[in-house]
Amino acid sequence: MSVIYVLLTISIVVAVIFFVAFIHSVRSGQYEDSYTPSVRILFEDELIRPKKNTTDQSVPISSKTSTKSKQI
Amino acid sequence: MDNRNCFHCGDPCDDDTILYQDKAFCCNGCKTVYEIFDSNDLKYYYDLQSAAGSTPKLMPGKFDFLENTEIAEQLIEFNDGKHQIINLFIPTIHCSSCIWVLENLHKLAPGVVQSQVDFPQKTLRISFVATVISLKEIAELLAKIGYEPTISLADSDVKKNRDDKKIIYQLGVAGFGFGNIMFLSFPEYFDVNEFWLEQYKILFRWLMFAFSVPVVFYAGKDYLISAYKGIRSRYLNIDVPIALGILVLFLRSTLEISFDWGSGFFDSLSGLIFFLLLGKYFQKRTYSFLSFERDYKSYFPVAVTRILQDGKEEVAQVNDVNKGDRLLIRHGELIPVDGVLKGGAAEIDYSFVTGEARPVHVELGEKIFAGGKQLGGPFEMVADKKVSQSYLTQLWSHSVFGENSESKFKSLTDSIGKRFTYAVLSIAMIASLYWMFTDPEKVWNVFTAVLIIACPCAIALAAPFTLGNMLRIFGRKKFYLKDVSVIEKMAGINTAIFDKTGTLTTRKHDQILYEGSQLTTEEKSLLKSTLRASNHPLSRSLYTLLKEHNIMSLDQYEEFIGQGLYGSKGDANIKIGAASFVDNCNENSPGTAEVHLSTNAEYKGRFVLESQYRHGISQLMSELTKELDVAVLSGDHDGERNRLEALLPGLTPMYFDQSPQDKLFFVKELQDSGKRVMMVGDGLNDAGALAQSDVGIALAEDINVFSPACDGILDASKFEHLSSYLHASKKAMGIIRLSFVLSLLYNLVGLYFAVTGQLQPVIAAILMPLSSISIVAFTTVTTNWIGRKIR
Repeated sequence: MSVIYVLLTISIVVAVIFFVAFIHSVRSGQYEDSYTPSVRILFEDELIRPKKNTTDQSVPISSKTSTKSKQI
Repeated sequence: MDNRNCFHCGDPCDDDTILYQDKAFCCNGCKTVYEIFDSNDLKYYYDLQSAAGSTPKLMPGKFDFLENTEIAEQLIEFNDGKHQIINLFIPTIHCSSCIWVLENLHKLAPGVVQSQVDFPQKTLRISFVATVISLKEIAELLAKIGYEPTISLADSDVKKNRDDKKIIYQLGVAGFGFGNIMFLSFPEYFDVNEFWLEQYKILFRWLMFAFSVPVVFYAGKDYLISAYKGIRSRYLNIDVPIALGILVLFLRSTLEISFDWGSGFFDSLSGLIFFLLLGKYFQKRTYSFLSFERDYKSYFPVAVTRILQDGKEEVAQVNDVNKGDRLLIRHGELIPVDGVLKGGAAEIDYSFVTGEARPVHVELGEKIFAGGKQLGGPFEMVADKKVSQSYLTQLWSHSVFGENSESKFKSLTDSIGKRFTYAVLSIAMIASLYWMFTDPEKVWNVFTAVLIIACPCAIALAAPFTLGNMLRIFGRKKFYLKDVSVIEKMAGINTAIFDKTGTLTTRKHDQILYEGSQLTTEEKSLLKSTLRASNHPLSRSLYTLLKEHNIMSLDQYEEFIGQGLYGSKGDANIKIGAASFVDNCNENSPGTAEVHLSTNAEYKGRFVLESQYRHGISQLMSELTKELDVAVLSGDHDGERNRLEALLPGLTPMYFDQSPQDKLFFVKELQDSGKRVMMVGDGLNDAGALAQSDVGIALAEDINVFSPACDGILDASKFEHLSSYLHASKKAMGIIRLSFVLSLLYNLVGLYFAVTGQLQPVIAAILMPLSSISIVAFTTVTTNWIGRKIR
């Protein structure tokens, strides 16, 4: 078999893989909100810092606010 | 950070600044939000963007209706008994801090599993455990940190269908086909007669055919369908020559490769469809967070408090309110239905419904109309109609809200499409006739080549790209349009009608005039201190307008609802309010908001509060009258006629005491006499006229709060620049016409090749994308240039 068939098959298979990936991305809603993820990705690094400090306290803190909210 | 500005919301702090942890806050609400964030390690909120917050407005009991399971069920998207998911619209979302704090909601509320912001839509999707936290608690928490969700009747109706995904799929298919076909047709462009090329070209061509089938019949199907519909209704739109071009391209290419006449035009075909879809996508992207189709449903609350026979209160859906029901309306709530006042005192602001600027005092037993807002304390009323039969909501049953105004409008592109089709068909015929006598073999070739090359791809792209770009430029200037056709309609209007209250005037009373005898410093201080205690809108605006004076605590203070205030300190006392209340025999003169006052039973004088006209309206009006007929249509009485006449250019027609229906018919009469009308209004009382007019523009102080159904929403601060927007839209139409000329030049070059029978696929493959791209570049550059000149 000529090598051209192999090349053509590969090129079309690669193209179809990307096409399927595109369909999947639309279906999973990636085109519905094209702005928020760009902001969200910048939070990640900063988020870890407060989390580390408060992992052991997180439960009492949240319960404190829930009682506070009832008072107000 | 400036100490004078609130650390939370950034507003300037007045004299009652609250200092907390060395930070200044303008009010207790802002301070509370800071405390909540501070105690939950959410202070990063302020690092992301300083002064990002918004002041919370707490209204106790506002979200009580969410406890009603029937209402909650309509709002909740997913519910398995334990986990629930809800999508809430939160208009105050405006920056990255908002996204961060809302997505960290689980730190504030234990039951929240996950929350996700959709920034363009301004919605927050929350999944929560219903056994730990209720929907009402979530809504109250959000309101407390300044992100009050807006829940209205429209939300509980059917959800918006997401039709716009289809264009993305089509674009993907067309791009996929286009790229691969280009790739496969590359060898043939260079026309090298190599052995392997000759051997495999059949395979290459049929592969191209296979790729082009989904491009034509899936990605391009809307053009084929639209052209078919156009021909059936005997109306040649621009899609007819496009569809003709697509079909001829596809058929000729298929025949060419079947009989080995040539390589076909599959590359041009898929490129054409790809570019067309790109234009369509570009003009479709608009402001998803604004709604232009709102009717009274999104203005009204979802639920009201109903008083049962045994005196108990229950939360009822607005749609379930029946004739004879007793309702409780609290301060700041909207009246959902016409009825009669049964208890308490009603001080109702009808400005949104009628355009009448002054709050109306209603006596027991008098009628109350839906759409008003209660400014005083709570009162009881008895409904005498259902919601859908109220005076206000009846306006929506008028036919103007039912018909689709799009169908009446014929765009410039479509009107050109008709002439274009005739021209192309006749050129093709003449060329074929010529070749029939000179070289009959070429007839088929020439006839199809003309149809292919004349396919008005560039013409079809000119309008979407120009207007789509213009729409975005307007959006940056805070002028939000429903879709691109509005720009075209705006360029064609010749009559502009303005509402008065809320449109020409601001909603606040800003100018103050004192008539009477001079007040001493003590009297002024007493006056200010008394006003401070009152919540009546007139007292509030008078309080903020009066200069600084010592605030002292009063010995005695009493508010007589609907009449006035009484305050005393030591042996001095003061009475402020309506003329009859202040022991003055003078009646209130109609048409103005007045506050009379007397000290120690001696009449002193009156404050006249005037509604302020927007900045720059005189200039705007005189600019507009040069080109348009201008008129003022007001629902208010004519007390302001003299002031208006002084402000507006002479002979501007003014009509007062117009009901919403009057306004609608006024616009309709003008249209029947051949005028193309732009209506600028703000309230529900303009809704009919806005819908009837060719271009209805709603003016909004805050674009996120309700505005009636319209074609465009203009931020009130930009009102004085309205005429420059009209100019810009006229220039945009000029750009489209220039682009048509440009693309016709390309067509002429292409037609030369087609008519002489020398059209090679490679020429088509160069000429068609070149014309499309240069049109896109031309329109983008020129619209940006126009946009820079708009203020």
